[in-house]
Amino acid sequence: MEREKLIELIDVSKIYHVGDSEIAANNEIDITIYKGEMVAIVGKSGSGKSTVMNIIGALDTPTSGQYFLEGRDVSKLKGDDLAEIRNKLIGFIFQQYNLLPKQNILDNVGLPLMYARVGERERKKRSMEVLKKVGLDKKYLNLPTQLSGGQQQRVSIARALVGRPSLILADEPTGALDSKTSREVLDLLHQLHKEGNTIILITHDSSIASEAERIIKIADGTVISDTDVKEFKNEIKTNTESSMG
Amino acid sequence: MRLRQTLKVVWANIIGNRMRSFLTMLGMIIGVASVIILVSLMQSFYDSIISSYADMGINNIDVNLMGRNGNLIITESDMYKYAREHSDAIKGVAPNVAVSGTLSKNGEIEEYSSIKGIDENYIKLYNKEIQEGHNITYSDILVRQKVCIIGSYINQKFFEGNAKIGDSVRLNGEEFIIAGILTQISDSSQWSSDNCFYLPYTTAMRLSGMGSVSSYSLYVVNSELVSSETTALQKYLFNTYHDSDAYKVTNLMQMLKESNAQMSILTSVIAGIAGISLVVAGIGIMNIMLVSVSERTREIGIRKSLGAKHKDIMRQFVLEAGVTSTMGGLLGILLGSIVTIKAGDLLKLKAMPNLNTVLVAFCISVGIGILFGYLPARKAAKLNPIDALRSE
Repeated sequence: MEREKLIELIDVSKIYHVGDSEIAANNEIDITIYKGEMVAIVGKSGSGKSTVMNIIGALDTPTSGQYFLEGRDVSKLKGDDLAEIRNKLIGFIFQQYNLLPKQNILDNVGLPLMYARVGERERKKRSMEVLKKVGLDKKYLNLPTQLSGGQQQRVSIARALVGRPSLILADEPTGALDSKTSREVLDLLHQLHKEGNTIILITHDSSIASEAERIIKIADGTVISDTDVKEFKNEIKTNTESSMG
Repeated sequence: MRLRQTLKVVWANIIGNRMRSFLTMLGMIIGVASVIILVSLMQSFYDSIISSYADMGINNIDVNLMGRNGNLIITESDMYKYAREHSDAIKGVAPNVAVSGTLSKNGEIEEYSSIKGIDENYIKLYNKEIQEGHNITYSDILVRQKVCIIGSYINQKFFEGNAKIGDSVRLNGEEFIIAGILTQISDSSQWSSDNCFYLPYTTAMRLSGMGSVSSYSLYVVNSELVSSETTALQKYLFNTYHDSDAYKVTNLMQMLKESNAQMSILTSVIAGIAGISLVVAGIGIMNIMLVSVSERTREIGIRKSLGAKHKDIMRQFVLEAGVTSTMGGLLGILLGSIVTIKAGDLLKLKAMPNLNTVLVAFCISVGIGILFGYLPARKAAKLNPIDALRSE
């Protein structure tokens, strides 16, 4: 059976203008991600992975090239049209959770639905459903500051899920967590993947990247490899052995 | 985002920063309160003037005849006849003859007063009341009797309040017998209407060397007829003189209208000056909102990343400024109303907050909040979500 494309980046370049000079953050990148995949985009700091994430997350648009999300060209969209795409098709999970500190977790989770003009009753119902899924339904009235880092990240995952998006985009989702809590969050992401969600992990950490089934490596603004997890692990193993002599 | 949900978010932000919100409102509270206090007190002051004018008789029409080429043409009997012919609207006519001079008692105490020659109708027409003695009579007028009616101030000044009918007061050295003493109507001070001295108008004409009466007061039965009767009288006089410079017809209603117009200008100027504080309050709101946008850049980034559109962010910040300003306006109305009533008590004025001013001040406070909230809101809405998410 032919797999259905969710994301297609064709010759995508992003150039920033600093004074008179131009800096290419991404250079003619081609990436295709299919529905139901769990993909890691990995690269060091300054490699251009964040720019790819911003473009995939409809937070930014490419300078040239095309970006298709669910078959729709979003590379030329602006302002409110991009906001609509973010609201309907993408669920963000941020490294720093990015919860609103003065709103309880139920309201935080319901934010994407609020901007989608979903009525209050329906919003609360769906927010409670996803909070239950991440095991925080009993703490729905708590403020984010009353929760641990791991719990806050689970709230952030619940918020990413509530709008039933096509894509979950996780930017260094375990970056601010200890190893035990990181494991819990990764297990939750695996569970979501098993349920059919498409997940993209953006990370600099190879061990986190190896949680995905497919790993896209980015360096100097271009894709340098696109492998499955088995190959990626072998590559790491080979690199480690050669560096140890 | 729906309006009710936005209001909920806005309210949470205002309550979450109570002290800052209150300090932001303070400018609006003071601005609205000062507009209400100043305009309401001015209005009450004006009302008290109107009320004191009313005591002087708002039903009167005053006529001054300058005549043509030194010839007055119209005599007292013409005016009495005119009044009789218009008796359905005009209750009476009284000649006014002013005399300049000083009053004295036994050549010792001297006093300036409003000295006026009147007829037997004057006291009644001007709603004055004789407390003791009697009015000037028709025969006093016929024989140019040297009798007088004195106000309570003269009684107080010359007789320590114990004047008796038959006592005498000198006017420019001539002795006048007191025929009547008026009831006190004001505070019996030198500049009040209690400082008056009335004598028969024929006697007054002799004293001032006038051959005929040049000033009359007509008393109209109903204040609503004053305007139409003034016009009718002007028509009569124009038909007699064929020259509008030969006479002057005035009434208190007309004077009140003129003073009302002047008072309105003065009130507008004062309200305008107080209104400047509303603009300053608006600038204060804008300043705080700009600080708020800077502080909440990350929040704006989060909202935008989750799908908030330009109008959602605009609405949130404009409403926040509007609600802050409106609350300031409402508190200002409360403060302004309390201070107006208390100040009215202190100044012995029947002062009440002016409803129109309250409504206008409230609308301005809402409008200013929205207007001055627009710029910070636009700044927030235009933030790039990537940069906003990166901010600390």
